[in-house]
Amino acid sequence: MLAYLVRRLGQNLVTLFLIVTLAFFLVQAQPGDYTSVYAQDPKLTPEVRAQIQADFGLDKPLGEQYLLHLRNSFTGNFGISFGHYPRTVMSVIVERAPRTAVLFLTATVISFYIGFVQGKTLAWRRGGPLEVSMTVSGAVLSTVFTPWYALMMIWLFAFQMGWFPLGKFLDPLLWREAHVNADYVFNRMLLTGGAFMGFVMLVILASRWTERSGFRARFLPGLPVLTWWVPAVLVGALVAVVAWSFSGVGHLAWDIVKHMVLPIFTLTSISFAGTMLLTRNSMLETLREDFVTAARAKGLPERAVRDKHAARNALLPVVTSLVYSLAFAIDGSVIIESIFSWPGLGLTLLQAVRGQDLPLVMAAFVFIGIFALTAHLVADLLYAYLDPRIRYS
Amino acid sequence: MIRQPDLQPSDPSYETGGGPGGKPVGIRAARIRLALRGLRESWSIFVESKIGVIGLAVIAVFALMAISHPVLMATIWDEATYDPVTGYAFDQTEQPAPPSWKHPLGTDPLGRDVLSQLLSSTSSEFILGIVAAVVTVTIATTIGAVAAYYGGIADTLIMRLADLVVSLPSLSLLIVLSALFELNLFMLAILIGVLGGFGGSAIIFKSQALGVTVKPYIEAARVAGGGRFHIILVHIIPNLLPLSFLYMMFAVTGAIFSEAILSYLGLLNIRMSWGIMIHTANTAGYLLGGAKYWWLIVPAGASITLLCSTFYLVGRALDEVANPRLRRR
Repeated sequence: MLAYLVRRLGQNLVTLFLIVTLAFFLVQAQPGDYTSVYAQDPKLTPEVRAQIQADFGLDKPLGEQYLLHLRNSFTGNFGISFGHYPRTVMSVIVERAPRTAVLFLTATVISFYIGFVQGKTLAWRRGGPLEVSMTVSGAVLSTVFTPWYALMMIWLFAFQMGWFPLGKFLDPLLWREAHVNADYVFNRMLLTGGAFMGFVMLVILASRWTERSGFRARFLPGLPVLTWWVPAVLVGALVAVVAWSFSGVGHLAWDIVKHMVLPIFTLTSISFAGTMLLTRNSMLETLREDFVTAARAKGLPERAVRDKHAARNALLPVVTSLVYSLAFAIDGSVIIESIFSWPGLGLTLLQAVRGQDLPLVMAAFVFIGIFALTAHLVADLLYAYLDPRIRYS
Repeated sequence: MIRQPDLQPSDPSYETGGGPGGKPVGIRAARIRLALRGLRESWSIFVESKIGVIGLAVIAVFALMAISHPVLMATIWDEATYDPVTGYAFDQTEQPAPPSWKHPLGTDPLGRDVLSQLLSSTSSEFILGIVAAVVTVTIATTIGAVAAYYGGIADTLIMRLADLVVSLPSLSLLIVLSALFELNLFMLAILIGVLGGFGGSAIIFKSQALGVTVKPYIEAARVAGGGRFHIILVHIIPNLLPLSFLYMMFAVTGAIFSEAILSYLGLLNIRMSWGIMIHTANTAGYLLGGAKYWWLIVPAGASITLLCSTFYLVGRALDEVANPRLRRR
């Protein structure tokens, strides 16, 4: 496992190197260079222009420029943004990357789970009206013109119903009085979320352990499994909520949460359909296998056949396709960000593209690439863990 | 793997085909007959799932729309009023005007007829989708077959490249490219095709071709003295064609979708498209007017969604033809 992890990391580094190289040569191939933003100013004398060119290192030979670009990229020095002038590109990226991460991760996990559960039910009830309607609506949802759909969601839920804000990351009126900045609150929210996820994992693992080792059967015979891990998770959630409400910035965190719900819901609803349709197909193939017939013939309950025997085997191709659809999901979050004015990497990329802010364009592109690569790696490891036949080779 | 009915001893082609004494004319006739029968069987499977037929009907409607624009322009629509880009509805006092008899879908904020824009964009969407799909599938089939047949270094290179392209968020890359270069429709189609062809489809085609290369008839062709190109062209690629056709449908969806997003964001150098129509409504500030200005958004948005999902559904139906394991028991 470790050797596999190391080799995959090595592959990712090579890919990252190629992405950084691609970024360099794309800028080289375009007409003009970094300084063309300044070149339009008629007040510049030729000497000043040459000086600016020298400052950007554009007077050096191409090979040296490339090496410089590599060194700067891998030390995180992407220069100074044209659009956010005195700030470095890196500080803009550091501020915005976590916001994309939250949007993308939450939506991917939720949509994968819902898609899988829906897909296996569809395959199980083959041929009913439910299947036709879900297939059609799934196809429509996964091919719907995302900006249009997102706008309709905003119009319906934010504008007509007034349940959610119209987009953006926070409510400026509320934050004018605040003594902390948004990153301070948001990073703590991220920490809370991560800690809560870890806690849930631990509780579930512990409940498995007590089952397996016979601990519960011996010491607490009257206690069903569910009754102890569900309250544990609820208590954890309660502790988090109470801690936030006494922290003094709870209302600010709640404001961010309110802004987060609609984009996440929109992104989830467009990306779950792909998983659903794939699970359906994969499940249909699995249901024809002999072991499913055998499980039925043994007299196992239908639920057990579906969930324990068929669905677990049908999961593998779905995870494979998840690996391939991650890049697509990142593109989806770029679109969603631009519609909801959610200030993450995607919106940054778009604004930088519109403003011809080349350093920021390149950095945002490289970081979206890093994002995709990391997600890829995680999905690969998950796959290797799920399928013991893949022995990390 | 699809619809190549096994040769039965009773089949006429069994006697004439392959043997040194067979008459070439008889072989050809038998082959055509077999192909026709295969097509008929595929068709009956395709028709069985209603989804595919509905999809074909919708595509036919869009094709009619594409044809109708030049016809309408030549007959009842005059150019000054109805040109999708430069026209202006002088008969309306206020722009955007709601639907009326002269303008069935109203006019946009710049006074241009929405129906005319909608119809004129249809043909370019088809061209874009088909060019991108053909490029994708041609590249993916060729390099997939080459990787599977040669193996070794060619295989490694192609698959590593595919891994790289798959992990690239292609829309973000296209956004970056459109920042650096002026993209027109044709260049965009080629770009989308190349990104698709070297990416995920290449991996799928390679694994499919791998299944073909180990078949005994490939061995037989090699023993009979068939050259590498001959084997790849005549024996491997024809067996990949059903899958190619299927992936073309998905590629069309992807291409139309990407174009719509990019032109919605205003990043492309295209005269008129559905995405640009929504872009115009957006930049003029009519998007959150909701139901009041529906004709600015709904026709274009619904067309993109409908055409994309239609190609997708046809692809799904073809999937059932190409993959016997998905069929009903």
